Amino acid sequence: MLPSTPTQPAPLDRLAAVARAAAHRPDEPCRCASGLVGVLANRDDGTVVRHGALVAKAHAPDTDPEAHGARLALAGHPDVGGVLLPPRPLPTQAPTEIDGRPVTIWPYGPPVAPDDPDAAPWEDAARLLARLHRTAPPPPLASRLPAMRAPLKVELAVDRMRRTAPDHPAAATVLSAWQTIPNTNTTNANTNTNTNTSGPRLLCHGDFHLGQLVREPRPVGDGPWRLIDMDDLGLGDPAWDLARPAAWFAAGILPPEVWSRFLGAYQEAGGPAVGADPWVQLDVPARALTVQTAALALAKSTAERRPLDEVEDVMIDTCARIAGYRTESAPSAST
Amino acid sequence: MQCPKCHAAMHTYNRNGVQIEQCSGCRGIFLDFGELEALTRLESQWAQQAPPPAPQAYPAQPAPAAPAWGAPHQGGHHGGHYRQRGFGRMLFSS
Repeated sequence: MLPSTPTQPAPLDRLAAVARAAAHRPDEPCRCASGLVGVLANRDDGTVVRHGALVAKAHAPDTDPEAHGARLALAGHPDVGGVLLPPRPLPTQAPTEIDGRPVTIWPYGPPVAPDDPDAAPWEDAARLLARLHRTAPPPPLASRLPAMRAPLKVELAVDRMRRTAPDHPAAATVLSAWQTIPNTNTTNANTNTNTNTSGPRLLCHGDFHLGQLVREPRPVGDGPWRLIDMDDLGLGDPAWDLARPAAWFAAGILPPEVWSRFLGAYQEAGGPAVGADPWVQLDVPARALTVQTAALALAKSTAERRPLDEVEDVMIDTCARIAGYRTESAPSAST
Repeated sequence: MQCPKCHAAMHTYNRNGVQIEQCSGCRGIFLDFGELEALTRLESQWAQQAPPPAPQAYPAQPAPAAPAWGAPHQGGHHGGHYRQRGFGRMLFSS
């Protein structure tokens, strides 16, 4: 150990201490059952530690402070109460960041059960998205709100694949599908191409999937479902929030009846993302999410030194159809 | 065997007794002599055997619209087959 280094607990322990401080007064002994305290996620882009009724989250190290502040303010804004789970205050003594990663506190809510597809709250999810998309950006926040990050996340995924799995036999297929997607890939990845000012500028979640739903905690029984994870929130085209389920349906993985329930509930709730033919708006975002899923599959399977599994294979097959269909039937829209 | 187009490895699959090679890279398919005819024959047999549609116990839902690049036979055999695994991904992929 370097003699000049002050001894400081590991970042994860410091985050756990923040969670404990948020959950209990300093003089209050912790009587939480051991099952209610622990690490829920530990990734570079988000580490979450639970302590009883609350969780503490350390966000990505490259989080932009201004964008983060605007997103946090939106998550706590009454106009989106009942849609987004609101944050809780950071304890007064707690650090606002750990190792350069901003820290936030949230209620703990039970997530969707991963082993029970029939119980998945597709309609609730669709209605929450419709309500989010229909909410006018709160005036004092509107000018500060950044773009939602869904298109940027596709670029980052393709970038990661190019960096870590360039020689994978399916990489060229994923890149050909990527080439069919207009706008998002006309400049180098990693530049801030998210400043596209054309198209809708509505409130969007930016990274919707079923893992982004929890039940709002109630003293007794289950509360209603709420959306979580503020990191990709912002203004943009709301069709991107439907794009992941759309991509899984188009790939043949999400059953058509489940897709119909989800889309139908969204339309019934007055969701503005799609018109009478939903694929007019969904086509590009769903292709992009297929590319993102496939690119991450190649990056992750390469890192884990394993072959693609059957679901990942289906996403590569879908990329091949995207590339094939576009090259056969239409001149590239991206040039 | 290597793909003549992109040189990635080709894997052999058996489809109703017909061996086909598919490329792990560009997903192209290689058919040996006679295999296309064998597949065509199997397809026409299958079409002839297809039973008339069963009477519906409740009104049939129209199939939802899908993009041109969508999977063939939407919601056919693979919906159920991949269901559990795909569901896990819907939860955790981001």
